Amino acid sequence: MSLGSSMRPCGDFRTKYASDMTIFATPVTRYLAVAFIIALLFVPLVGSPYVLNLMIQIGYYGIAALGLNLVVGFTGQISLGHSAFFGFGAFASAWLNNSLGIPVFFAIPLAGCLTMLAGLLVGIPAGRIKGLYLAIATLASQFILEDFFARANWFTGGSSGAMAEYFTLFGYAFDTDQSYFYVVLFYVVLMFTFTSNLIRSRDGRALIAVRDHYLSAEIMGINLTWYRVMSFGISALYAGIGGALFGHYLGFVSAEGFTIILSIQFLAMIIIGGLGSIYGTILGTIFMVLLPELMEWSTGLFSGMMPDLVQSLAYIKEMAIGLAIILFLIFEPEGLAHRWKRIKAYWKLYPFSY
Amino acid sequence: MGENTALLQVENISLSFGGVKALQGVSFDVKSGELFSIIGPNGAGKTSMLNCISGRYHPQQGEIRFREQPITKLKPNQRCNLGIGRTFQNLALFNHMSVLDNIMVGRHHLLKNNFLTGGLYWFTGARREELEHRQQVEEIIDFLEIAHIRKAQAGTLSYGLRKRVELARAVALKPDLILLDEPMAGMNHEEKEDMARYIIDLNEEWGMTVVMIEHDMGVVMDLSHRVMVLDFGQRIAAGLPDEIMDNPLVKKAYLGEEDEQPSEESAGVGEVA
Ligand SMILES: Nc1ncnc2c1ncn2[C@@H]1O[C@H](COP(=O)(O)OP(=O)(O)OP(=O)(O)O)[C@@H](O)[C@H]1O
Ligand SMILES: [Mg+2]
Repeated sequence: MSLGSSMRPCGDFRTKYASDMTIFATPVTRYLAVAFIIALLFVPLVGSPYVLNLMIQIGYYGIAALGLNLVVGFTGQISLGHSAFFGFGAFASAWLNNSLGIPVFFAIPLAGCLTMLAGLLVGIPAGRIKGLYLAIATLASQFILEDFFARANWFTGGSSGAMAEYFTLFGYAFDTDQSYFYVVLFYVVLMFTFTSNLIRSRDGRALIAVRDHYLSAEIMGINLTWYRVMSFGISALYAGIGGALFGHYLGFVSAEGFTIILSIQFLAMIIIGGLGSIYGTILGTIFMVLLPELMEWSTGLFSGMMPDLVQSLAYIKEMAIGLAIILFLIFEPEGLAHRWKRIKAYWKLYPFSY
Repeated sequence: MGENTALLQVENISLSFGGVKALQGVSFDVKSGELFSIIGPNGAGKTSMLNCISGRYHPQQGEIRFREQPITKLKPNQRCNLGIGRTFQNLALFNHMSVLDNIMVGRHHLLKNNFLTGGLYWFTGARREELEHRQQVEEIIDFLEIAHIRKAQAGTLSYGLRKRVELARAVALKPDLILLDEPMAGMNHEEKEDMARYIIDLNEEWGMTVVMIEHDMGVVMDLSHRVMVLDFGQRIAAGLPDEIMDNPLVKKAYLGEEDEQPSEESAGVGEVA
């Protein structure tokens, strides 16, 4: 279940088990990934603010979506309340900084931990219930947290929201898109590497085992309750960190943003990207962040002919999200990750594709 | 452990599902190092018996002791720490995982790395630990001759291979007692021979005590040290393979002859205590 499939070039024989346990299937893919990250380091130097903004969004949403994929894609549970954790992390980080004076640098990971506690609390019923009942329970947690955001003035600033300071390090403020990009990139690399490691070690395998066959997982010594609850906790940790990054980027956190719609968008990211796929999560997030942009761009194109279109833009965006989910469920239920694998396989075998 | 102490003691187990009495007062024990078979017609309660030992079912009555320690109340995941492993009659692999990962799950209770140390992999010793266990898992893979499919997705394999992977996963638990539910069902002659050889090796060379359910009488009689026969949830006989073969009650249960009622005193003939 590591990033790579078992598609490696022939002649590539492994002589050590260690070389068989890497995140990337071949050294080449590893170098490519590292090169890609290095290339990303140069984006702020050349990218327009528009591009940077989109990439930062992909970053923090991607981290949160990865957490959701852990609970839904890897552990096989359902969660309809992920955006509430995202919001909780954003508020928690702002609160830690504003009220307790903890520097943003530490507030972000701490906010992740606080959100994890909230996730564990919500996850407790998950140790006992499954399927539709769990869906309802997580939905309830979404609304309870939303209500909490609106009422807990001390924590969230209530209806007026909370200010979130910029991220600073040794007196340097990361208050531009160019600089904040690096903060987000750091967390993206950290969280995605962490997850890749997790999935190829003991507890990650346990999560997948619980998903694939919980009865035999239990016979293999896996404590089902512990892993079901923990997967919620861990997923909330990711959402919390994503949310904290979001808050300190915007500089302001308000409760309206963390609704069920955003929870569904998170689900869309992982369904479109591929349930149980780490890099699919990023592909799905890119898709979901770019989709509204694409819609805006194409309505702009047609607005000359149909001026009414601009007014209905909001509806069109939401419909497009729904449509994308449905189309993916019908035509590519295994998500973009699977499509990408097939494309790679095609080129590897080209021209003997059959 | 002394020669005569039983590794597993099953005492007066009764289990029912609503009106169905799956097990009625079944007792037996298995000595350390033994290869013990449970046979009986379909629906006799054999799988239910294994489920009670592995903890999937909780009997309404009776007690099960492992190394003289009562385990009847323990959860399934606690029993594998004590040294009990099993395979399933209906395949129960993790279908989306590779064969290798399936078997590595068997090491779960022996591994120490967790969410945090696993995620930090290189810095916490998780890598070294995984590697050590990977080496031991490879030994199991070699022993069961599944090296060629170790990277395949478990769900895509043939029935016979899946049975073998399931055995590998149970062996990876490092159990002292391994419970095999029809390990040869649905296999062709050649696959059965291989499987029989693996089971003998596990018993003799790996030192595992085996409790096996099997329908193939030839295999049972060849492999087992002792055999117990269940019919309608009751133990109708237990003893050495030869004694079982000659037991009229067993013949009747299998052939379904309809002559006189079974006389009570003949139940339990050939018991070797
Ligand atoms: N979970 C369950 N719920 C209801 N009844 C059950 C359950 N498990 C087993 N039974 C019943 O208990 C009885 C014994 O079943 P069991 O599976 O133990 O038989 P078996 O000896 O393993 O048979 P086979 O040779 O067909 O595998 C059967 O009548 C079965 O229908
Ligand atoms: Mg059975």
